[in-house]
Amino acid sequence: MLVLAIDTATPAVTAGIVAVDPQTGGLDTVATRVTVDARAHGELLTPHVLAATEQAGVTLRDLGAIACGVGPGPYTGLRAGMVTAATLAHSLGIPAYPVCSLDAIAAAAGPGEPLLVLTDARRREVYWAAYDADGTRADGPHVGRAADLDPGGCRVLDHEHPTPLGLVRAARESLLAGDEPAPLTPLYLRRPDATEPGARKRVTAP
Amino acid sequence: MSRIIMGVESSCDETGIGLVRLHDDGTVELLADEVASSVEQHARFGGVVPEVASRAHLEAMVPTTRRAFTTAGLEMSDVDAIAVTAGPGLAGALLVGVSAAKAYAAALGVPLYGVNHLAGHIAVDTLQHGPLPSPCLALLVSGGHTQLLRVDDIAGKITEIGSTVDDAAGEAYDKVARLLGLPYPGGPPIDKAAKAGDPQAIAFPRGMTGPRDAKFDFSFSGLKTAVARWVEGAQARGEEIPVADVAASFQEAVADVLTAKAVRAATESGIGTLVISGGVAANSRLSSLAAQRCAEAGIELRVPRPRLCTDNGAMIAALGAHVVAAGCAPSSLDLSANPALPVSAVSV
Repeated sequence: MLVLAIDTATPAVTAGIVAVDPQTGGLDTVATRVTVDARAHGELLTPHVLAATEQAGVTLRDLGAIACGVGPGPYTGLRAGMVTAATLAHSLGIPAYPVCSLDAIAAAAGPGEPLLVLTDARRREVYWAAYDADGTRADGPHVGRAADLDPGGCRVLDHEHPTPLGLVRAARESLLAGDEPAPLTPLYLRRPDATEPGARKRVTAP
Repeated sequence: MSRIIMGVESSCDETGIGLVRLHDDGTVELLADEVASSVEQHARFGGVVPEVASRAHLEAMVPTTRRAFTTAGLEMSDVDAIAVTAGPGLAGALLVGVSAAKAYAAALGVPLYGVNHLAGHIAVDTLQHGPLPSPCLALLVSGGHTQLLRVDDIAGKITEIGSTVDDAAGEAYDKVARLLGLPYPGGPPIDKAAKAGDPQAIAFPRGMTGPRDAKFDFSFSGLKTAVARWVEGAQARGEEIPVADVAASFQEAVADVLTAKAVRAATESGIGTLVISGGVAANSRLSSLAAQRCAEAGIELRVPRPRLCTDNGAMIAALGAHVVAAGCAPSSLDLSANPALPVSAVSV
């Protein structure tokens, strides 16, 4: 089965196609298109998706599923990737599986040792999650100051980007089981910056 | 052979999906007009919060699209072209619609047309009243825009004649509503309160109507401040605020300036048709005064029904149909949203 992987949770605009062997669960990246430009998610994502299918010698109709990074991500660009995945899934009639973007980074590194994964949350903060040696997420995702984090004995993966392989590996169990995908809900981790207005300012002196 | 055009709108707080049929004779028929609004989520903030609107667009995009196809009784594979609002509007909100439209266009293998939101407000009138005469004049009044436009060709040539130098007319309604303790958005409650009031009770100023002011520009900031002064003065004297009279007098000032300038622009340019669209076009005093003044000046007045005047996907589908019919080139799939897209760029 060919799986389209999409992620726009970091400054990278990522699209790729990964072949999943339904018998062995083996993964093979057949095409990757990545541009690191935090301002180009809306512009470049669909062209990257089409370029990836072309590189793989297939069309969108040949895809069996989508694995989409759902953040956490600070960029308005996160929504570009998620709405692209949701509308492609709708119009192609295939499932779109949500993947925590930090899980995708950890999955690409592979199990074997405990990991601490950090990505840029802007405002001098990071998104982070911690993983056990077997790859299970043990803590997170959270948003906070990097200085407050104690990596302990973890290997730190700092400011990496999710790869197509990592995204599909993180979604592999659901993909192979043919599970009904969970809703594509973004991991914002922050509330919108908006304050209710206070008392109206007078225009005349009281 | 007729063609099906899908329209995607997400420039502010409404997620809109429209479906129209473009007939061989160039007429455009409305098939579906589904809108999901996040207006209630913005009410407590007294205005649209961009991040809240963008989040709502992401949630609403696929469900709204599904509803539109169900309403129209069409399959996605019936679509021949997709039009999307490329601007002007809120950057984060536009991005959601543009990204969705690109993905739909890529998946369906149909051309994509990035089009202008303001031109969409004019094009929507063709769904109700048929083809637009050339030239015609458009007065576009909403919470975000107040513009007088000359339309020579809805698919290609639109020229700005005047616009607001400060607040949009709808913004003034929101601010005055708040002052009077009326809910957000302010247009409908002020219109309702004004029905019981005297429009001549208080002589509020008519902005930008002095002999040295730009003939076709608007200003509503001074009017809003004048209303605030008047209300604060009455409060200082311990008087109860006559909400109906304030609402009616404020509304009269807005409708007076808008219609006077629009009719003057049409008369001076020898244009025989005026289209009024945008959310504020649903205002009862604006439409009645416009009808009266247009009749006196011998100008045909066209106002789309209220549902078509507010932001929706049908207006973008309608504009897309005219752009397709005119044989314009489709947009590239690396199209970017442009929050400040000028009205002269009908398609991009």
